[in-house]
Amino acid sequence: MNKTTSIVICGVGGQGILLASEIISDTCLRAGFMVRQSEVHGMAQRGGSVVSHVRFGQEVFSPLIDNGTADFIVSFELLEALRYLPFVREEGIVITNTQRILPVSVASGDASYPANILDTLLDHSAHLVAVDAHAEALALGDPRMINMVLIGALSRYVPFDAGLWIESIENRMPESIASLNIRAFNVGRSLPYEHMTKA
Amino acid sequence: MRYKNCVESYAVLSGNEAIAQAAYEAGVTVASGYPGTPSSEILARFAEYPDVYAEWAPNEKVALEVALGASFAGARALMTTKHVGLNVAADPLFTASYTGVRGGLVVINADDPSMHSSQNEQDNRHYARAAKLPMLEPCDAAEAKQFLKLAFHYSEQYDTPILLRTTTRVSHVKSPVLIEERQKAPIAPEIVRQSGKFVMLPANARRRRLDVETRMGNLRALAENCGMNRIEWHDRKVGFITAGVSYLHVREAFPEASVLKLGMVWPLPADLIRQFAVEVEKLIIVEELDPFLETEIKSLGIACLGKDLISPIGELNAASVRQAVLGKPPAEKIFAVGSLPPRPPALCPGCPHRGLFYVLSKMKCFVAGDIGCYTLGAAPPLSAMHTCVCMGAGIGIAHGFEKALGAEKTLGSVVAVIGDSTFFHSGITGLVDIAYNKGCSTVIILDNRTTGMTGHQEHPSTGHTLSGGKVVPIDIAAVCKAVGIDHVVTVDPNDIQATEDAIRRETNRPQPSVIIAKASCVLLPDMKRKADGNRYVSIIEKCAGCRACIRLGCPAVHWTASGSNAAASQGRSRRGFSRIVQSLCYGCGQCASLCKFGAITSKDTANE
Repeated sequence: MNKTTSIVICGVGGQGILLASEIISDTCLRAGFMVRQSEVHGMAQRGGSVVSHVRFGQEVFSPLIDNGTADFIVSFELLEALRYLPFVREEGIVITNTQRILPVSVASGDASYPANILDTLLDHSAHLVAVDAHAEALALGDPRMINMVLIGALSRYVPFDAGLWIESIENRMPESIASLNIRAFNVGRSLPYEHMTKA
Repeated sequence: MRYKNCVESYAVLSGNEAIAQAAYEAGVTVASGYPGTPSSEILARFAEYPDVYAEWAPNEKVALEVALGASFAGARALMTTKHVGLNVAADPLFTASYTGVRGGLVVINADDPSMHSSQNEQDNRHYARAAKLPMLEPCDAAEAKQFLKLAFHYSEQYDTPILLRTTTRVSHVKSPVLIEERQKAPIAPEIVRQSGKFVMLPANARRRRLDVETRMGNLRALAENCGMNRIEWHDRKVGFITAGVSYLHVREAFPEASVLKLGMVWPLPADLIRQFAVEVEKLIIVEELDPFLETEIKSLGIACLGKDLISPIGELNAASVRQAVLGKPPAEKIFAVGSLPPRPPALCPGCPHRGLFYVLSKMKCFVAGDIGCYTLGAAPPLSAMHTCVCMGAGIGIAHGFEKALGAEKTLGSVVAVIGDSTFFHSGITGLVDIAYNKGCSTVIILDNRTTGMTGHQEHPSTGHTLSGGKVVPIDIAAVCKAVGIDHVVTVDPNDIQATEDAIRRETNRPQPSVIIAKASCVLLPDMKRKADGNRYVSIIEKCAGCRACIRLGCPAVHWTASGSNAAASQGRSRRGFSRIVQSLCYGCGQCASLCKFGAITSKDTANE
């Protein structure tokens, strides 16, 4: 793996996007790669759209992903996958939670939530993985597990040993909830998702 | 301390975390600052190390004075601020340049190109030139750590405070950093009287003024030879001079080009720049914001390109640098996303500020606002903030309105709004002005018991210090009374009627007044626990579709427009109905108090 791999992680402030990004970065380091992870704090986190960039490889320069170059997008919310789709390269893989969280303008009836997002995502990516991570997390008894389910889904496409991901989660999470997080990761890694690939 | 992300001796740290680690390793014992994105995490992290003192000062000026005092005593000291905070601390900064230091003193200044969380994108490299201070600029976390440790050494060696400038993409980018042992600071603190150095009376200042020039000359010599400025020779058709995160974008965009990477951006290494310039056919300066390096390089008589190609506005990235230099759009096929409903940051469900801004919006008040979460009150549908300039400005601006228009026109219609932490930062002096100069403005202090926007830092009225120690909270009402405001009332902004009554009464009073709208931020851990089980539900059959609750702009209250059939089935022509999303509802009850039809009720009541 000589080239730099770029992952866009996006969603809505408060969904655990920054924690997921930290775990991805830490796993990259454990796998022996240089990694740069870029995020923004402050104003952006108050229920707004949030995006984090992770780039890893033997050598990584810019911490920011340019449009049309991301290998993966992991979106914690359906509309946000569409918003950040311009980052993804033509052969890129889109992993998205199918959960919808309404922006205030939609919730108040002043705008409408775009229809057929999954079709648009499929039209513009090589491979689409649609995951109802919210339902999976609820089944595990904790809606916060969305991020681990989605990391688990991502882990199938990034060639690191599962053990490295788990080490990273164990190291990062308090002992009391580490095992639940690992279970959620394994759910994400092993669920028979609805995969969609262009014919 | 234990690292969250640690593999052997490396950890993935943000620039801010690396700065805290470096300060610890360099033997810093005193650190002071005021929270401000993107600098806030430095002190919070530093406070976790053993054998250090770290504090939140009420503002950046005080923070720098504390750090300067510690340095005069001989300790290694750190001050942290965001770019606009250095404006507040500029007064001590410019004279600290004359006094110099005893223990090493470094000011961490975090700029925010693209204004991710700021009101302007000023380029604080100008402070280095204006205050005659050296400035270092790392490109990532590993360099931030290395440069900060060097900075303490150079601060003592050259008798100067040092500015270390980061930008958002250095402060908040995480990358591997080597963890090392702590060193002991070279000087033990003690009382040393050096009046000629520390008492800036004109006679002494004139002598120190000469020392400053000598020092800058010595620092120019250092800049020529220090490892922080280095040439990476590759192809010589095009050469780039760059610094900070722009260096990483240049290397990404043009891996084959030669680069002079500046780690010390003031003073500049004139000879090194000349040496580089003559060896390359075309010289391009890549820097975010102002043509700071470019102007200096051109003043050396060197031909180069810079802002003719590179935008002076906002952050750069590899694609923007490539496109600017090559003059053609990127080759990548990019999906055109079209128009999507935006998802801007918003006041949280349950935020007590919402109740206050609802009332101000309803009363059509002109609101002179301030810097904090509550600036989000400017967003629709509340649209209840009409100025926002800098920390503390709202109070002076309201007073200025009154003096321009006359009290008869501002009574009942102009108010100032300021947060609790912001009040201590720079609101008190504005209030003194109103009291002293016979103003009659009403100042509303949004006391949510924390510094919300920057991540819930403690402040003088929370009852806790940065390191968690308990203290007697400073009483905001008592402070207001002490400066001469006779009418000080406290209301719960979740009680919308009481809040409206108080605002009508106080804004129409021909004397100055303060309303303290006091209710905790719902993101504080204690408040999160209280939220469980105390939620509201809407009874759709009772909802008349009047949209009163929708006007709060709460993310938990959703509107469903009726189709004609649905409206008909309810037997009246309502436009739709409101629904409260249980997973988002905090249980503040603001919406219930606005519903005239009894359609919103607490979950407990509904179950009975």
